[in-house]
Amino acid sequence: MANAQNTTAVGGRTAKTPAATTSTMTILAPLAGWLLPGLGHFIQRRWIRGLLLMLAVFIMFFAGLGMQGRVYAFNTGDLLDILGFVGDLGAGLLYFIARAMDWGAGNIQRAVADYGTKYIVVAGLLNIVSAADAYHIAIGKKQ
Amino acid sequence: MTFELSHFSAAVVFAACASTVFGITQRNTTRDMLRYGAYCFALFVGGVIVASWAMWLLKH
Repeated sequence: MANAQNTTAVGGRTAKTPAATTSTMTILAPLAGWLLPGLGHFIQRRWIRGLLLMLAVFIMFFAGLGMQGRVYAFNTGDLLDILGFVGDLGAGLLYFIARAMDWGAGNIQRAVADYGTKYIVVAGLLNIVSAADAYHIAIGKKQ
Repeated sequence: MTFELSHFSAAVVFAACASTVFGITQRNTTRDMLRYGAYCFALFVGGVIVASWAMWLLKH
């Protein structure tokens, strides 16, 4: 229905109105932003913001891995482990790559490894905030 | 690849990254983003220093 409202007949052809583009972007921007940090801003031509967000999330995620932090797998155990998984999942492709490459086994013998685990969770949470920001730009709530 | 960060440097890296994201996402204009980012960074690092001294005082 939304597509029918957002198309107009121009010279016998249908052309997408700005509303249709906005509608697509409202889905695409947060999804792209979640999958790859900053991409939701890049596709809306917010280059510097996208780059800074990408750097912030990448640095946190890989610094967490460098500190031998733990990447949570899907689990139904302890509540904090479940929340850790949800936070990690926020990093999008970075999370799936880390799981596929078997990174983030954790190291309980290093105190700083626990910081690394928190870094990885917070990188995911910050990426969710970034994706929400991309959505706000797409709906015109923010410039 | 592994690397070692001190407690303080880990807190500063955390503060820098979180402040960048908060600044960009929570404000509308570039000037406000910079100000809010700097404000968040100062609060993060200031909070770490205050908490550190509080723990030192509790111990002594």
